[in-house]
Amino acid sequence: MAKWDISRIDEWKGDEFPLGACIPESGNSRDYVTGGWRSERPVRDDAKCTQCLICWIMCPDSAVVAAGEKVVDFKLDHCKGCGVCANECPADAITMVPEGCELPEVK
Amino acid sequence: MATQKTVSATGNAVVADAMRQCKPDVMAAYPITPQTTIVEEFAGFVAKGRVHTEYVTVESEHSAMSACVGASAAGARVMTATSSQGLALMWEELHVASGMRLPIVMANANRALSAPINIHCDHGDAMGARDAGWVMLFAETAQEAYDNTIMATRIAENPAVLLPVMSCLDGFITTHSIDRVDVLDDESVAEFVGEYAPQNALLDIDQPVTHGAFAGLGGPFFEFKRAQRDAMERSREVISSVGAEYSELSGRPFGAVESWGMEDADVAIVVIGSTAGNVRHVARQLRAEGVKAGIVKVRVFRPFPYAELAAALSGVKAVAVLDRAESFGAEGGPLFLEVRSALYDAETRVPVAGYIYGLGGSDVRLELIERVYSDLSDIAAGTAQPGGFVYLGAR
Repeated sequence: MAKWDISRIDEWKGDEFPLGACIPESGNSRDYVTGGWRSERPVRDDAKCTQCLICWIMCPDSAVVAAGEKVVDFKLDHCKGCGVCANECPADAITMVPEGCELPEVK
Repeated sequence: MATQKTVSATGNAVVADAMRQCKPDVMAAYPITPQTTIVEEFAGFVAKGRVHTEYVTVESEHSAMSACVGASAAGARVMTATSSQGLALMWEELHVASGMRLPIVMANANRALSAPINIHCDHGDAMGARDAGWVMLFAETAQEAYDNTIMATRIAENPAVLLPVMSCLDGFITTHSIDRVDVLDDESVAEFVGEYAPQNALLDIDQPVTHGAFAGLGGPFFEFKRAQRDAMERSREVISSVGAEYSELSGRPFGAVESWGMEDADVAIVVIGSTAGNVRHVARQLRAEGVKAGIVKVRVFRPFPYAELAAALSGVKAVAVLDRAESFGAEGGPLFLEVRSALYDAETRVPVAGYIYGLGGSDVRLELIERVYSDLSDIAAGTAQPGGFVYLGAR
């Protein structure tokens, strides 16, 4: 199915807006980057991790990346830093680290 | 013209029957006096297999309208009914239904809002929802309540409109009194309303959609509201053409405003709902005495027929507006504000007197209407001025 083209949305007039604010497309939540809401970021210790995949199952944003039945990364574009993965991890392999601390000071 | 059967029935019974004839896919409803017998009667039709509707019993009106919104977004023809506190409890979903452009049809049995608690007729419930983006029809009689329900389905579902429609009838006076009603045959109604062809239906798996998305933070919320306004404006023409088509089918005239005696009237009363009958009766008697009395009944309140109203009232010397609802702190009741605004661009300035009447079912006796016409004659003669905030008949 063709992607819904909203590139001209700022120029749309009247009937160009979809009826009742409906979005005529599915599966577009991956285009909506929500990682900016995060105040804490998950960090996984590979030495402690048993690859039980519970974090991958529990993540409410599908932001735990698994490949070959192993956890490999977090999708930080979508991780909101809720900490469910760290809380659920039976091996205490995930730590929530404050976000933004390493950012350069804004002058 | 269609085959019709004359029945003696209550307003609620014929509204339920009209809904059955329109064959909704879903009804989600909660009982509340004086609406209860509509959904009770309809539940009976479902139980007896006389209509194949998914009947959802819910725990409140908030849930009733929420379920209606969901079902309508799914692509169903949806109907419900409520009254007073129930309508108030639906308030947030009323805006969701219109904003999502869902053509839900709802009967509202007009009843006063608490407090003090009261179960009888006034228009405070519907007038409280007048800015919710619904098309609003009002009935004088059980016949009009029946006719309005069928027309509401066509108006709501018209592709140029796609807005919810509230079809109002006066609590107890119209809902519970047995009246003479001409009922169309099932086939004619089915043919008149036709099959509903939903747009953006959630159940259309070939065309997946998202409903209820966010449009803030610089998003086009403002533009969506403008689109809603455009749809409401387009509904004027649709209401008029659906009314004309229905008149041909039923033999009963329909107008957004309906006038009596206005060809040469000096004094006129503007009114909504069942009281129009009392007013017409008094106007007829006054005509016999030589008073050129007229009446303008407003049958469509949203979109407000300001042009038709101004045309109907052109040439009169004094106008009275009867409001069965308050707008505390405003210059008059909701209808008064609309009527006076509609007359602002008239070439000659007509004095307009506002009256609040019949709140909570307070009796509307003929002598009260006579008093209004008498006040109007004095105003027309220049011997009196509109009184302001008159509570007609209050002790």
